[in-house]
Amino acid sequence: MTLAELAAASALILVAVLLAWPVPILLSRAAWPARAPGWALLLWQLIAVAGGFSMIGALWLVGLALLPQWPLLAALPAAALAAYLLVHLGITIVQFERQRRRHLALLQLLSAPHPTHARTRVLDDAAPVAYCLPRGIGSVTVLSQGLLDGLDQDELAAVIAHERAHVEQRHEVLLVAFKAWRDALPWFPIAARAESEVAALVEMRADDSARRTTRDEVLARAILRVAGPAGPAEHASSRRDRHRDRFLRLSF
Amino acid sequence: MGSLGELERSVMDVLWDADEVALTAYDVQEHLEREQGRQLAATTLLTVLSRLEKKGFVASDRSARPHRYRATASRVDHVAELMHEVLGDAGDRSAVLARFVGGVSAEDAEVLRRLLAGAA
Repeated sequence: MTLAELAAASALILVAVLLAWPVPILLSRAAWPARAPGWALLLWQLIAVAGGFSMIGALWLVGLALLPQWPLLAALPAAALAAYLLVHLGITIVQFERQRRRHLALLQLLSAPHPTHARTRVLDDAAPVAYCLPRGIGSVTVLSQGLLDGLDQDELAAVIAHERAHVEQRHEVLLVAFKAWRDALPWFPIAARAESEVAALVEMRADDSARRTTRDEVLARAILRVAGPAGPAEHASSRRDRHRDRFLRLSF
Repeated sequence: MGSLGELERSVMDVLWDADEVALTAYDVQEHLEREQGRQLAATTLLTVLSRLEKKGFVASDRSARPHRYRATASRVDHVAELMHEVLGDAGDRSAVLARFVGGVSAEDAEVLRRLLAGAA
């Protein structure tokens, strides 16, 4: 193996290791993402893509170094990893589509269209819930009767603006991608942390959209009225800090 | 004449109200007219019933003529199914839907309330 090849392989392995561990941990502990969630989301995507490519590339270079006379065999581990990640992405997308279609079919039968708001449906249940189902043109925002009864006009407008932002900014693409990443690497805690960070940052982005037309106090009141008690999963370390950031960043 | 989704909802409403009783297509037609003032041609109704059956919401008994139809689960059960997906644990939250807010810890709720009280 030449010196250049050794240097290249080492550099790529170093990058892969950095992107797999210290960099994501630093990002998840930093305070600035709460102030600039859009940039943080971009950074997470870069880390995931660059991390994946550097892992695959490192495997390839190491393979070539160990088996220089059989380049195809040497590329096998790298190709296997790439295929494994792609297959997981495919499976996650298919599951996502199936669940979405099933949920949508149920919604069509169990909810009525909202009298005034477009692409919004009302579900007859006393629990206050508001959520949106992607994607794009076929998206729908769902509000429960309990929510409509419990919020005033301003609070309702904030909730609807928040959900609209999820749909317009296609957040489900990010959430599906990071879920696929985590499903592919279940033994890799960073993947779970990344998914949880991205979910929290996506909520902040949607909040920012709502804040353009609503006062922060109104948003805060809406959050308090809709929120239920936190479940055990919500107290997982990093999730909780970024989750709290979502509320603390509101200023009034 | 409403959209297909509306028609399916109307037909399911009739079957759900019938509880466990299996109805013939004619029965459904009658109920639709009597309770919803909706006149549905038999062929349209059969199409709707077959679509609902394919989606798993309706079960048909074709052992005797006329065929009988009933809902596979109650309306309450289906709403519970939906709510379960919405309110599900953060752990197995599917990326399918994005909730406005999930659970808030007692401390975070207290922080928000104090902030609101301060601003009032």
